[in-house]
Amino acid sequence: MNSFEYKRAEQEQAAIDAIVSGKDAKFLAGGTNLIDLMKNGVQTPSRLVDINRVPLTNIEAIPGGGLRLGALARNSDTANHPLVRKNYPLLSQAILSGASPQLRNLATNGGNLLQRTRCPYFMDPAFPKCNKRSPGTGCGAREGIHRRHAILGASEQCIAVHPSDMAVALAALGASVRVRGPKGERMIPIADFHRLPGTTPQVDTNLQPDELILSIDLPQSLYAAHSHYLKIRDRASYDFALVSVAAALEMQSGSIKSSRIALGGVAHKPWRAEKAEALLAGKQPNAATFEAAATEALNGAQPLKQNAYKIELAKHTIVRALTLAGGVA
Amino acid sequence: MDHKAPQPETIYKEIQPQRPIYRWSLSRRQFVATAGILTGGAVMGFPIHGSGVTVTEVEQPAAEAGNIPLQLTINGKQQQLTLDPRTTLLDLLREKLQLTGTKKGCDHGQCGACTVLANGRRINSCLSLAVTHEGEQITTIEGLAQGDQLHPVQAAFLEHDGFQCGYCTPGQICSAVALLQEARRGDASYVTADLRKIGTADLTTNEIRERMSGNICRCGAYPGIVAAIEEVHSPQKREGA
Repeated sequence: MNSFEYKRAEQEQAAIDAIVSGKDAKFLAGGTNLIDLMKNGVQTPSRLVDINRVPLTNIEAIPGGGLRLGALARNSDTANHPLVRKNYPLLSQAILSGASPQLRNLATNGGNLLQRTRCPYFMDPAFPKCNKRSPGTGCGAREGIHRRHAILGASEQCIAVHPSDMAVALAALGASVRVRGPKGERMIPIADFHRLPGTTPQVDTNLQPDELILSIDLPQSLYAAHSHYLKIRDRASYDFALVSVAAALEMQSGSIKSSRIALGGVAHKPWRAEKAEALLAGKQPNAATFEAAATEALNGAQPLKQNAYKIELAKHTIVRALTLAGGVA
Repeated sequence: MDHKAPQPETIYKEIQPQRPIYRWSLSRRQFVATAGILTGGAVMGFPIHGSGVTVTEVEQPAAEAGNIPLQLTINGKQQQLTLDPRTTLLDLLREKLQLTGTKKGCDHGQCGACTVLANGRRINSCLSLAVTHEGEQITTIEGLAQGDQLHPVQAAFLEHDGFQCGYCTPGQICSAVALLQEARRGDASYVTADLRKIGTADLTTNEIRERMSGNICRCGAYPGIVAAIEEVHSPQKREGA
């Protein structure tokens, strides 16, 4: 691991100041991804600003509806918070499907959003080609092993997928990310938080390097009674998704009033399927309805040689997740 | 925040076998260390004094720019240290404090061998910088037994053959101890049927397997590990099984 200057910040402003005044400085929260990347030499910050003591750990109701999740609340505490479990079980389920209990005890909500892809060509500098790690070097995965890679929204330069489960549920729930930088606070809708790779895959998010995530804000819950996060992976547990689906239904008199569908493991960002959601409005929750939505959600998928299976897998996962969400199994 | 340059200091530490259950034996590490000292000299026999090596000097690095003072409590004993901030909690335990019960498996948070408890919560010590644990209470496998009295989870692992080679065992046991506390507190897992129902977790076999999935055992001692945890969680249930 490279040498770095360690600074401990106790307050938001001090944390931001320490980032602004340092060249190539990074915030350190749970560290479960950053320390790993530093061990591999993928990231080499010259300064780490430890924000673990900044008071951003609260989880509290937002007056007028909704829930504010502190950026530094640990993933395990968030998933098990009574208000999250009761009103946003989709989020609890998604968080609990990711990593392991040990990692979730360290990992924070803000850090979860900022974790980097686990594409092996990115994670290991022994691979010479990775446009995300070293812009302009090419994409090792495109011409190499890519069975876990993107089928939606990828570019010539990068076919990596975003690894977070939590972010997929947040995309379905329509969360916003509240951030603060030298110019003040702003809200970033979760749909605009992560980026597609395009020609600049080295940039994962629209968060600026000097901005600190303060909280993740959830709108009022419409889907608590009918939601499901279904994660498909090579192992039964403790693995990243091949495909995952966050499905949520708002039911009225036996038919679907509104719905949310978001996919993980298929794109450079959590993939919200809004056209598929629109197809469900006003329909009865049954297999034919769900299959039509699944087909629509995968419209435009562009697989490579080794990951074409994900299209069929994603369709089945959508149907199954909607079925479990609707309780019509 | 600026840190003052730490004073040069040498900390003398008494390294006693924390819980000398087998008092007659040197640990492998003590044997290796002792053999190293004796190499090149006359073989004088092993210095067995009932509790193995008793005093070891731990050299602290000189006060280098960027080193960070750190105070934390490990297995009930307060530690005042000065550390290169790159030091992970795992390397602090093993390399600086000779608490080698905690194991380094993958060193990347993928195997769970390095699991310890920080303020009672299980974490991967390999992915956590020691300096981020200022003021915390750390418990390692060495800190679980009470004198000669094994922790119930340790005893259950012996009873149910919860290991073969034993390398993952300290992490498995620390993880299991935390799992039982989490279940009592009502924490949920991905396989919990109804997340909206808050209450004590029902630790089915499936639940235990999911909740222990962060600890890999290459020997495949999983059936014994699950049985050990079931036994501690609900002894009467296992007797009836």
